[in-house]
Parts: sequence; C-alpha cells; structure tokens
Amino acid sequence: MQLIKPDINIDFVGKRQIALIVSLALILVGFASLLLNGGPNYGIDFAGGTLVQVKFEKTTDAATIKESLAGLELGSPVVQSFGDNQNEFLIRVEQASGELKGLSVQIQNALEQTYEKGHVEIRRVEMVGPQVGKDLRNKGLKALFYAMLGLLVYISWRFEFRFAIGAIVALFHDVMITLGAFSLFGKEIDLPIIAAFLAIIGYSLNDTIIVYDRIRENSGKHNKESFPFVVNRSINETLSRTLLTSGTTLLVVLALFVLGGGVIHNFAFAMLVGVLVGTYSSIFVASPVLIFWQQKLDKKSA
Amino acid sequence: MSNSLKFRSVVVLLCLLLSFFAIAPTLMRDSLPQWWNDSFSPIQLGLDLQGGMHLVLGVDVDKAVESRIDTIIDQTETELREKDIIFKRLERRQGDRLVVLVYDDEEGAKVDTLMSDGYPSLEAETFTGAGGYIEKHFRLSDSEIENIKDYAVRQALETMRNRIDQFGVSEPTLQRQSGNRILIQLPGVEDPDRAIALLGKTARLEFKMVDETANPQDAVAGKLTPGTQLLYERNVNKATGAETETPLVVVDKTVLTGDLLSDANVRIDTRFNEPYVSIEFNAVGAKRFDQITASNVGKRMAIVLDDTIYSAPVIRERIAGGSAQISGSFTSQEATDLAIILRAGSLPAPVRIMENRTVGPSLGHDSIAKGIKSIWVGALLVVLAMVVYYQLSGIVAVVALTLNILFISAMLSLFGATLTLPGLAGVVLTIGMAVDANVLIFERIREEVRLGRAAKLALESGYSKAFMTIIDANMTTLLAALVLFQFGTGPVRGFAVTLSIGIIASLFTAIFVSRVIFDLFLKGREVKRLSI
Repeated sequence: MQLIKPDINIDFVGKRQIALIVSLALILVGFASLLLNGGPNYGIDFAGGTLVQVKFEKTTDAATIKESLAGLELGSPVVQSFGDNQNEFLIRVEQASGELKGLSVQIQNALEQTYEKGHVEIRRVEMVGPQVGKDLRNKGLKALFYAMLGLLVYISWRFEFRFAIGAIVALFHDVMITLGAFSLFGKEIDLPIIAAFLAIIGYSLNDTIIVYDRIRENSGKHNKESFPFVVNRSINETLSRTLLTSGTTLLVVLALFVLGGGVIHNFAFAMLVGVLVGTYSSIFVASPVLIFWQQKLDKKSA
Repeated sequence: MSNSLKFRSVVVLLCLLLSFFAIAPTLMRDSLPQWWNDSFSPIQLGLDLQGGMHLVLGVDVDKAVESRIDTIIDQTETELREKDIIFKRLERRQGDRLVVLVYDDEEGAKVDTLMSDGYPSLEAETFTGAGGYIEKHFRLSDSEIENIKDYAVRQALETMRNRIDQFGVSEPTLQRQSGNRILIQLPGVEDPDRAIALLGKTARLEFKMVDETANPQDAVAGKLTPGTQLLYERNVNKATGAETETPLVVVDKTVLTGDLLSDANVRIDTRFNEPYVSIEFNAVGAKRFDQITASNVGKRMAIVLDDTIYSAPVIRERIAGGSAQISGSFTSQEATDLAIILRAGSLPAPVRIMENRTVGPSLGHDSIAKGIKSIWVGALLVVLAMVVYYQLSGIVAVVALTLNILFISAMLSLFGATLTLPGLAGVVLTIGMAVDANVLIFERIREEVRLGRAAKLALESGYSKAFMTIIDANMTTLLAALVLFQFGTGPVRGFAVTLSIGIIASLFTAIFVSRVIFDLFLKGREVKRLSI
C-alpha cells in the first residue's frame, strides 16, 4: 500500500509564509493563556504542596468532600475527580507540612467522619516541600537546557551549524506550543511532563534529522538547482516515512492517552501534542529556517 | 549458506536464548528450578508500580551543633564550680558559640586555661560586655561544625537503618543525599504513617526531676522560676482514646538520658492488662540511676520523650540493678514501636519530612494493568499498520518489533533496572518509534525498487543507505534520554532507562535482526519482486 505517491511534489517551501503565521498564532495563543494564568500551572512537584488520591466506597462529589474538609485549615483545597468514576478524587493542598503527623492523616480522619471508617481508601499521597520543589524545578530546567545544548553540538558536528540552528528553532517552537497547550487546557506541569518534553525534543529532532539528511544527500546530487528547490524535494521524498512513523507513534500515544490511566494521562497528553507539533515543525519550521539562514548567508557573500 | 549469514543467525539465536532465560523469572518464578532464579532476577518494579513509600527526610543539623554546645556548657559549668572559678553566667549564643561572663581578668585567664585544656578545638575571643563584665566567647571552628553536621547525618542514617531493620520491611533503601538529606524507600510498606513515626521520631529520652514547689498553673501563665521548665504530660482516656495534656514543671537539668540504655522491651502489666516498656541501663547508667533514686526518694521523676512527659512516677525506694519501666497508657503497637526506637537509639537531631510519595498497592496494580493494556493495544495497532502498509515485509517488521519488546524486558532484568510507570510509558513510546528504523529502510528499498533494482540489490542498498540516517536520528533521542537520566529522579529516571534501552534494542532489531530474516528468506531463492 502507498499513501504517498512516489512522484508527489507538494510545494511545502512555498507555503512557508502561511506556516509562519500558523506557528506564530499557535505560540501567541499559548503565550496569552500563560500570561492570563500568571505563568505555567505547576503541579506539586514544582510548586510544592500535598496531593492525596482518595477512593470512596460509594460515588460522591467534590462539594461534599470539600465540606467535610472544611474543619481543617487547609487554605483552599482543590478537589478533582480522577479517572472516569465518580468515586475517586484528587485533593490538592498548597501546604506541605514537614511534621511527622502529615496532612494525609488529618484528611483521612476528616473524611472518615463524613463517609464512615473503612469506606475511605487513601491510594496515594505526594508531599513535596518547598525546598525540594525548588530543587526539582532547577533540575528540570537544567535537563532541558543541557539536552538542547547537547543536541546543538551533536547536529553541528554531524551536519553543519546552520542545520543545528533550524533544528533548535523547531525544538523551541514545539516546546512552547506544548507548554501553551498545557496552559490552555488547564493541565498541571509535573516531573513526568519534563520527561515528556525531553521525549518530544528527541522525537521532533528525529523527524527533522531525517529531512536534513535527505537535504544533505540531495544537495550533492542536484547542485544546479536552487537550495529551496532541493529542500522542498527532500521534504517530499521523506514525506511517506514522516507520515507513517508519526502515524504509528500517534497510535501508541493515543493508546496510552485513552487506556493508560489517570496517573499517566497528562504525560500522554503532552506526547500527543508534541508528536503532532513535532511532525509539523520538521516540515514547516526546521526547513524554512534553514532556507532563511542560507539566503542570509548568500546575501552576505554577494 | 554463507558464513556471515550463519554467524549472524547464531548471534540472533543466542540473544533470543539469553532473553528467554532473563525473562522467565519475571513471568513464572514459582515453576522454575532454583539455579534459574538464582542467576536471573525478575524485573524490579518501582515504588509507583508495586506500592510503597519514598521519603526524603532533612536532618536539622544546626540543632546538632546547638546540642553539642549545650553539652559543653553542661560539662564546663560543672568544671568551673569544681575549680572554684567565679563566673556570672554561662550561655549559648547564635547557635554555635558558648559565652562565659566573668567579673575580672584574673578569673577570665583561668577560664581561658580551663577551656584551652579541655576543648582545644574551640576558638576563643574576649570582649568587654555591657555593665563591665568580661565576655569570654568560645566558638566552634568551621571545620568542627562541618564535622558535627556530617556526623549528625551519618548517625541519623545509621539509627534509621537500625529502626527499619527492627520494624521489618523487605529490601529497604536508605541513602544519604546532598544537603543533609536522607532518602528512604520502603517498598510495600503497609502502614505508612506508622513507618514515618518510627523513622522520624527523635526519641530523645530524658529523666528529669519534678519541681514540686512550683505551681503548674503559674507556669502556664508564663511565670517560671529560672532553672525550671514547663512540659506537658500525655494522658490517654482508655474509654474514648482521646488524648489530654497536663502541665508539669520540671527541673531544667536532665539527670539521666537514654544514651545509657542497653535494652528496651515490651511487657504487659498484668494488673491492668496494659503494655509498658521495660528498659535496662548499661553499667554507667545503672550506677547513676541508683544514685539518683537513692537521693530522691519520695520525689517524682518525669520520664520525658521528645519534650513530652510519658509518666512521672514517685520514687518509692532506691532502685539498684538498673532497670526501670515507662508506662503511659500505650496501645500495644505504640509500646512495640517505642521499644524499637529506644533500642535503636535516638536521632542526633530532629528531622523534617521534605518529600513524601506514597502509593498504595492497589493503585500500583491498577497502573501495571493499565500500562500493559496500553502496550498491547498500541503494539497491535502498530502491527496492523505495518502489515497493511508493507505486506510481507511488514511481517518482518512485526517480528522485529516483537523481538524488540522481548529484548527490552530482558535488558531491564539483566541490568537490574527499575521499571516505573513513566518507564512503561517509555516502552509504549518505543514501540511506536521502533518501527521508524524499519520504515526508513523499507522506504529506501521501495525507492531502489522503483529505480529498477533487483530484490537482493535493492535490499542491500536500502539497508546501507538508511543506516547512517537511522543512527543520526536515534542518537538525538538517546542523547535526550541520557540527559534525563542524569537530572531525573525516581520514576522519571525509569522513563529515561526504558527509552534508552528501547532505542538500543530497536536499533539492533531493525538493522540487524530484520536483515537476517530477509537474507534467510532470500537465500537460494530467485525473488524478482519484494513484497514491500
């Protein structure tokens, strides 16, 4: 079977102005959402706080849970249902108590007053103190920074510096749009999301490199043609592979998103957005930046 | 068959065999012979999958420095009195210095000699303080402070290890981390709150005399005579289980501490059928206990644990032999835990919980079930896509994919890596990306076929042309995974591990194994057209 005909020739490069507008629009929407929400919506890994996952014997609702917690001085706890059932909830509190008798015990006691003893199961407790939260945030940022740096060096070594610039611009593009999507959909950024970001960076670059590799190969073959032509041809030649690999990756990420369960849900969401945007960017961002850079170089030398 | 192909087939078979041996203990541990389970261990599950507790405790090392100063103050005070040196006051300032106030230079010089003989590591300074007093400052040197802090963390780690050993958790992990932190992982712990109480209690046991002349109510109102302190006695109402506190004034000075204990055990008081903890002092402690009880008959002695009075019995007679009991309306679990803590010794400084992640076993099971389901469904979808798109060659890719999953599991087990929930997600992701190498090769082969090359030649140049592209493309993800491994912690690290392992396995299966399958298939056959 073939989805993409071998002689296909879509003018991707010619549409780079439209792509620029689309990309800018996506980034701006995300940025606006980030601004309105006062920065990224950090989960407890980075913001510090306490998260308690509770499963009840019977179905209940967030309002009743909040009411039974009213006696504790928890500030304003956020109560969300977890998964599809109305008997499992996440309770998030901003405080992180370093005391030995933690908040989770207090929460359990308060809930057992309302829901009877034995009908409340604490399935997960995550408490991150402010110091650890800060450390984790630093570590996460460092990880992103060093990954980008390492990739810049690798691509500069294997290709040329101009290729690296295009690839890194595409990476920033992907991470920013994914970050924006998280803000837009009100999802929290936690430790696994940093992992997802790094996976997106790796994946998006993987795509970009395939195209770049072809550009490098074709530059030798068609040295009479203009650079934009070579780029466009290379994108077309690799299009079949790009779509198929993105397709299979999307399939598995979708499986994870639908079936993976609540704990991994946001991670899968990040990957879903990342794979889509990463595929788009390797065609519409990384290559145009390369052309742009080349044209600037040509003008300088002329 | 060519030698090269024979050799490559053997390599693939050996890898398969090794993988089978490595994975079997994970799948059917019970039905395997002993030697098998001894040489290959099952895949280790992270705390988020098997349930358990991940704790980071911060040791308050400044308190350890303060308590060192306090000890020196106690000893110095005794020595000053013994040597008849006249001084106004002795106190601790700013956490790390001891100050002696004297009236004139002559006494000051005596203090200097005494201190430099007894504590050569202290740095001395002299000031003229307010009201004409001379202030003799003695400060711990920076290196000494570092030593005390370092020792406090090491000591805390050792004590916690003792407590955990006696509590009975299988395969606990205790590690010292930077910043005076201690990382503790307790897989499958059933009562997390009890574990925290057991680990984190400072368990400073002190015996202090009750000041019978003072009125506790005055003390609560803020009127305390110097040299005494206000503590609360804990009482439990047996009928309701409610805890109440009674104020009690005790003499500041500790007459005996828990350092001198040699043993602690739970006993049952047969009169009230109530558990208590019986403690044994070592030789030094027994002697001191003997002296104290002898000279305080008729008075009350408070047994203080972490600034809470558990009981304050009246000393009826001199107690020789060095055993005593702590009763305080305990439940039997409380008494057991108290005995464990006393046996294991006290922490050199209080600790605070900096991070706590506890996952119940039921959630862990759910996560595994869901993760494995995602792997199955994801893999099935990819298999369908590949077979529909590449027909027979797609099947080669599917075989490569299956082997890929097999190799990933085997490597997890062989390297003793820990599988976490993000790690499972990493496996799922690898399945989607693993076929990429095959897709790249197949697309190249298709191009070669379109150029009119014969099957064997198309295969040859397809593989060789795609090779560097595949390496370059996968290196980037591998690089990202390695960075993540370096900076990530806990479950996220598991993601980096499976992703890296997955990439390596997929390179092997896509480039090496699939080629062997093709070559075996084409061997001795005249195939004009590849099914691709």
